[in-house]
Amino acid sequence: MLKSTGIPTKEDLQKIYPSAERLAKGPVAIIECFQRIPCNPCATACTRGAILPFQDINNQPQLDAEQCTGCALCVASCPGLAVFVVDMTYSEQEALIKLPYEYLPLPRVNTTVKALNRAGEVVGQGTVIRVQTPPAFDRTAVIHLAVAKTVAHEVRNIVVEDEANDA
Amino acid sequence: MINTQIAIIGGGPAGLRAALAAAQTGAKVLLLDNSDHLGGQLIKQTHMFFGSQQQFAGSRGIDIATRLATELRQFENVQIMLETTVLGIYEDGVLLAEQDDKVRKIKAERIIVAIGASERMLAFPNNDLPGVYGAGAAQTLMNVHGVRPGHRVLMVGAGNIGLIVTYQMLQAGVQVVGIVEAAPTIGGYLVHAAKVRRAGVPIYTSHTVKEAYGDGAVEGAIIWQLDEKWAPIPGTEQDLAIDVICLAVGLSPLSDLLWQAGCQMTYVPQLGGSVAVRNSLLCTTNQQIYIAGDVAGVEEASSAMVEGQVAGLGAALSLGLGGEQAHAMLADARGQLAALRSGPVGEKIRAGLSLVEKGVTADA
Ligand SMILES: Cc1cc2nc3c(=O)[nH]c(=O)nc-3n(C[C@H](O)[C@H](O)[C@H](O)COP(=O)(O)OP(=O)(O)OC[C@H]3O[C@@H](n4cnc5c(N)ncnc54)[C@H](O)[C@@H]3O)c2cc1C
Repeated sequence: MLKSTGIPTKEDLQKIYPSAERLAKGPVAIIECFQRIPCNPCATACTRGAILPFQDINNQPQLDAEQCTGCALCVASCPGLAVFVVDMTYSEQEALIKLPYEYLPLPRVNTTVKALNRAGEVVGQGTVIRVQTPPAFDRTAVIHLAVAKTVAHEVRNIVVEDEANDA
Repeated sequence: MINTQIAIIGGGPAGLRAALAAAQTGAKVLLLDNSDHLGGQLIKQTHMFFGSQQQFAGSRGIDIATRLATELRQFENVQIMLETTVLGIYEDGVLLAEQDDKVRKIKAERIIVAIGASERMLAFPNNDLPGVYGAGAAQTLMNVHGVRPGHRVLMVGAGNIGLIVTYQMLQAGVQVVGIVEAAPTIGGYLVHAAKVRRAGVPIYTSHTVKEAYGDGAVEGAIIWQLDEKWAPIPGTEQDLAIDVICLAVGLSPLSDLLWQAGCQMTYVPQLGGSVAVRNSLLCTTNQQIYIAGDVAGVEEASSAMVEGQVAGLGAALSLGLGGEQAHAMLADARGQLAALRSGPVGEKIRAGLSLVEKGVTADA
């Protein structure tokens, strides 16, 4: 159970996951926020109004998936690092995941990294396609990672081998 | 003797916002803090904050501290004294403070106490071995002084502080072997828990520390499971090789100055310990003394800032300063506080406050 392990369950995810039809259309935000807490920067960050304005700051984010373009502004702005973007249309075999990353060193583009699931277990590998660090993201990098479609709904973290500092 | 209208003790988020609000009304303000920088706990908080835009949500604690301190330094009616520890508050409204080994007297018409809270200890055999830290201390070592507290850490407590300091340890390249939590569920925000969990840190709910061991310093810890009645279950022991145990088992308001000043105090578990009885403007039973932030009840930086605003405005209004504008700002601040506390995570705070908020003022 999420409340005792920190790992969201299938049922938790079902409640927030965009529909298969929407996923088939292109990149979309996956907001893995399962608790009522006083927090709303995701909605403030969304320039398209896809994350609906909060009536009560304690509400959980509501996504209008049709308005969402998967731009990842919310990925960088969520204080809980709980928003991801999944693009199931990236290529025949692979999906593209955009995930927030606040560790050093940052991965280098075109390198292969280990891909971890929500429990921190290695479930495959991914190719780093892009590393976004614009000033507006305020030191939360957004990593674009290509992974096998089969693990696209599992992969939520990466491990970057630190060559320079392997002590 | 230094004379001022409003003296504010503590330059954390509560004190900074109190000073700003009071300064905006034109009051002569003196802000005192015992450390060498403004910001209190904020200066080691490298993570993004929750809340709404009005409390700078999405910004990092360190940046909020800089922002507030810079804004405050623009005011000519504000004097800031750092490395100054307030030692006592006397009946005639005189503060005694120590700076550079000298005792100074400060006379203020109103005093806002915003000195925060202190970390709690946990009893277990060998908890006095070097290597047992408060989570806040470990965070200070890493994020203020750039020193790693050790190599392999056991975190005790899965509240927000335990979860956040775990995350910051991982960022600093320190391995965290696990988080033990006596309660059956995680107390902190689940998004923080998910973040450390997907980095591979296990969270052992219904577990506690049986003992630490080591020759001269921590070399390991034994943890064990608790049953539904929180009694340890023999046979469930696990031996973890670690060199640091980090305690994130809660904070208690720093109440000494308020006791000494003769404020009426009450023990309120929901607020973390002994706190002063106050009215809705955060004025204690000593009409000269206001409180704000963790000292008034252990909560969050977001609410500490808004409480600071309430106390700063309340103190200024009681001196006849601020007028209409201050009343409007006060109403806005109180609306923000109510919103922040309205959800399920605010339940405990609401319950606690109902026990100490007495005497509603005309502004309520
Ligand atoms: C690890 C950690 C993570 C946290 N994360 C978050 C978060 O993500 N979001 C959030 O909203 N909150 C967070 N908090 C809580 C937040 O930091 C506190 O609620 C907030 O700092 C309280 O503000 P304050 O001004 O009351 O006290 P403090 O920030 O503690 O400031 C008190 C100040 O008073 C000074 N002082 C104390 N005694 C004296 C004296 N006698 N004389 C002079 N000066 C004195 C201290 O040096 C200090 O500068 C976190 C706390 C911790 C420990």
